[in-house]
Amino acid sequence: MKPAPFGYADPTTVEDALDVLAADEGAKVLAGGQSLLPLLSMRLAAPTTLVDINRVPGLDGIEVTPDGVRVGALVRHARLLHSTEAAAVQPLLGRATANVAHPAIRNRGTTVGSIAHADPSGEMTSVLALTDGSVTVATPGGRETIGWRDLFVGPLETSVHGPAVVLDAFFPGLPERSGTAFAEIARRKGDYAVCGAGVVVTLDADRRVSSARAAYLSVGLVPEVHDLSDAVAGKPVDSADWAAAGELARGLVDPDGDLHASADYRRLLVGTLTERTLATAAAEAASRAGAGQ
Amino acid sequence: MTSIQTERTITVVLNGVSREATVPVRWLLSDALRHEFGLTGTHVGCEHGVCGSCTVLVDGEPTRSCLVLAVQVDGHQVTTVEGLSRPDHQGGQVLHPVQEAFRECHALQCGFCTPGFLTTIAAGLDARDPAVEITDEEVDELVGGNLCRCTGYANIKKACRHAAATMRADVATKAQDGAR
Repeated sequence: MKPAPFGYADPTTVEDALDVLAADEGAKVLAGGQSLLPLLSMRLAAPTTLVDINRVPGLDGIEVTPDGVRVGALVRHARLLHSTEAAAVQPLLGRATANVAHPAIRNRGTTVGSIAHADPSGEMTSVLALTDGSVTVATPGGRETIGWRDLFVGPLETSVHGPAVVLDAFFPGLPERSGTAFAEIARRKGDYAVCGAGVVVTLDADRRVSSARAAYLSVGLVPEVHDLSDAVAGKPVDSADWAAAGELARGLVDPDGDLHASADYRRLLVGTLTERTLATAAAEAASRAGAGQ
Repeated sequence: MTSIQTERTITVVLNGVSREATVPVRWLLSDALRHEFGLTGTHVGCEHGVCGSCTVLVDGEPTRSCLVLAVQVDGHQVTTVEGLSRPDHQGGQVLHPVQEAFRECHALQCGFCTPGFLTTIAAGLDARDPAVEITDEEVDELVGGNLCRCTGYANIKKACRHAAATMRADVATKAQDGAR
């Protein structure tokens, strides 16, 4: 249970970090380390060099604009959780980070790191997908923006290869007349979710449902966003059939079974969580629409 | 070009005292605390972030010492369970209210998990407004990240409430004294 030997570098600029990464194919970026260090200790990964970006200045900003929230690579979950400015533009950020592990892990783990880690049971990968977000990646060739659909390739695998540092993640703001909700079922609060759901409900000017979308945790190999509008679109917000949307969601997902839950049980949870979260999100959308937001 | 090292000399303010050590870069903070600094109060259970036994405070915030490299705390402050008590200025030590509460409420049996609970709960209680009564949700959040296999959670939660009540009484007394 000790990491295999590695070299350690803690550069103070992104360019220096890229230099170290480019010189060693087996090098890996270390940010919060709350997923990476267990992998090292269990010898599931053995990078030759760890490039610790914690001493690079300028990567710890939360930039909030009416368009959305840009979260720097060194922003810890705990900071995002307590950012009222970020929550005002995209409430899913606070709601999802509250479910990320335990406080001691949230104090150290980074939101961008958990996205780069691409664990399908991670909260923030699903939120990036649900909000139609993207990441900014620095490579020796320059900087590029990668949308979530092109980013997630498989479990613990992204399309970012070679010398690269993910600089930030951008979560677009919540559209007007919309509400959100996020919920998880876990054996113990803070454990990996057996199943989780994040949803966004948007209403039209007449308080009828115009769209309902959901993303799930621990269900697919990569984050997926499912459009459930067909079940509820056009219905007045107070009488929409959220159970029908849950039923629709159950048919759209294709979860795997494992030690913690069978595939059937996960599908059942998808239905239940969808129904519950949509009802909560719709109520919020209605109150925001009423308040003229 | 940044140099790549396999060993490094670090300086850490450990329980209020500046300490220096040369450590292999692959050492976890928990390794350095126990093997280099001799602070064996930090217990290592699962060594992959699940059990919470090795929790220490880095710059005041609860952190798994098995999920941080020793070199990463270079220039930072680390508080272990040994650093929770305060000198009483008569050559003795005053326990943190949560340490007193653990003794009072029989919140430990074998004691293996205790240092992680103490550091986590102490930081949590120190960070909140002591004048406000603690809620069950707060208590659950304080203890939820740590495992106790003697299953003493009921008494651990009782100790949280006891410590919070002690701290509340302290601020009330101080407020009274101030008003006089």
